[in-house]
Amino acid sequence: MYRAAVLGDIESIKGFTAVGLDVYPCDNAEQAAPLFRKLAAGGYGVIFVTEETAQWLEKEIRAVSEQVLPSVIPIPGVKGNTGLGIRRLKESVERAVGSDIIFNN
Amino acid sequence: MAIMNVNPTRMELSRLKKRLTTAIRGHKLLKDKRDELMRQFLDLIRENKTLREQVEKDLQAANSHFVLASAVMQKQQMDAALLSPKQEVYIEASARNVMSVDVPVFRTKTRTADQADIFSYGFAFTSFELDEAVEQLAQLLPQLLRLAEVEKSTQLLAAEIEKTRRRVNALEHVMIPRLQETIRYITMKLEENDRSSRTRLMKVKDMMLEKSHDFH
Repeated sequence: MYRAAVLGDIESIKGFTAVGLDVYPCDNAEQAAPLFRKLAAGGYGVIFVTEETAQWLEKEIRAVSEQVLPSVIPIPGVKGNTGLGIRRLKESVERAVGSDIIFNN
Repeated sequence: MAIMNVNPTRMELSRLKKRLTTAIRGHKLLKDKRDELMRQFLDLIRENKTLREQVEKDLQAANSHFVLASAVMQKQQMDAALLSPKQEVYIEASARNVMSVDVPVFRTKTRTADQADIFSYGFAFTSFELDEAVEQLAQLLPQLLRLAEVEKSTQLLAAEIEKTRRRVNALEHVMIPRLQETIRYITMKLEENDRSSRTRLMKVKDMMLEKSHDFH
């Protein structure tokens, strides 16, 4: 049985406590990296990361991308959408197909 | 295309012919695998795209409610309201096999049976904006978890497709032509040997005849 965690700045993720996810606030890259590694190693099947925090964690996220679990999903925070999520999809398509045939409009 | 470094013998020839049939068979199978993976991937990525756009939009709406709520409420009040959650989400993860790629399948369980039972606070001292934000998030949760499932699947499939495509290309453009060239080289060489030994025999026969009959 796994749990789901949310990682990011406190303002963006506060609300997720109410719906039953575990919330781990962090404000800088030095905090985020060890925290993320701990979550990825222990009992979390899904980790939602705010886009801002995901930018600090590129290396760590790539390290778990080949594993079945955990599933790391960037979500927009209160500071708005940086387009990171769509960009990641684009990369997947480019990797599989060779060129982007879905998002080129 | 360079040929392989082999001895031109009959043994080697039959060995290479066997390898060629295996390579061609493997190539065909891998090509089929790649095509099927691609079909599944395209289905998933389309779902992923719409789902993500939807989730990002809804999440931003929920976030803006939160920002409004934190503007009208005191920080301590809001923290206290969210401090002790009623609901807990558990995920049961199993794996689904798509063309030998394990992709995750999530089944969610919540601690309290009632999905709508999310408000961890009384309504007396909190802003209605907070209620709205929490409710939106709760409605969004199944979609978020579905997104987690789909997005992971597309990543895993993309990695597998890349790997399979490399293998198909390596077989098609390197292994198979090289094997064919080497087989041709050995066949030629064997035929050449055959001809040269035959001419030698004919020549020897001529010489022997000449000697015995004193034939000019």
